[in-house]
Amino acid sequence: MVISTKNPVHSVLFLILAFLNAAGIFVILHAEFLAMILIIVYVGAVAVLFLFVVMMLDFKTSLEKDNILQYMPIGLLIGLVFIAELVIVLINTRLDLSNIQILSNPLDNFSDQSNTEAIGSILYTNYVLYFQLSGVILLVAMVGSIVLTLRDREGVKRQIVSEQVDRKGKIELVDVKSGDGVDI
Amino acid sequence: MIELNQFLILSALLFSIGVIGIFLNRKNVIIILMSIEIILLAVNINLIAFSYFLNDLTGQIFSLFVLTVAAAEAAIGLAILVIYNRNAGSIEIEKINTLKG
Repeated sequence: MVISTKNPVHSVLFLILAFLNAAGIFVILHAEFLAMILIIVYVGAVAVLFLFVVMMLDFKTSLEKDNILQYMPIGLLIGLVFIAELVIVLINTRLDLSNIQILSNPLDNFSDQSNTEAIGSILYTNYVLYFQLSGVILLVAMVGSIVLTLRDREGVKRQIVSEQVDRKGKIELVDVKSGDGVDI
Repeated sequence: MIELNQFLILSALLFSIGVIGIFLNRKNVIIILMSIEIILLAVNINLIAFSYFLNDLTGQIFSLFVLTVAAAEAAIGLAILVIYNRNAGSIEIEKINTLKG
């Protein structure tokens, strides 16, 4: 539904629905922290960002579908090939998880501490470098999007702080004799 | 009990929906960005399913990083979209032919 609706606003709303479903699946998989993060970050921030941009750009919901037939065959072909490959592979192979050797951080069980606690105890020790790197990535993204969307408009009156603070040439020292006034 | 394969099939379907969305859509870039989000969501479901069935928290950690990068990518992509719309007046893909490729 995200990709098939004509109206982009509906598309964003279906995207939110998909993210909520994925959060439910994460809860089923005992990853409660990530489910909550998914709801907060995606439903709360990214989806609102998408909605904001969709509504701000206000592009015409062009209803003519003359060009869709031009790209429909190759798109459907690629998509169906993808689906067929993945599903066939998944059905035909039995993954034997007991043979896989866990390389890092084998946890005995998840149950002795909460999921958030377990993630924190690993994230801040073994993966602290990656954690900081993701922080840097977020910083770069923030600065980049601000710089991209910033623009100078003509005719906007701004406060020029240096000119306002600078008193040079604007004050005058006057010798005042006693008894006289000051000419202004 | 839900098996691992079912999660993998779900993830594969979600991934394929994302790929079809990229190829099928020719009208606006924003739907392509959403398709990329769907693809990353499928990757996250894979990682967390394996994390649960292997009793290994590393998958969840990496899923967290994927979420971070996806959020950053969405922000940058939307910013680029906004300034492109401001410069060119349209974000339809078929009209992005400035390079005359």
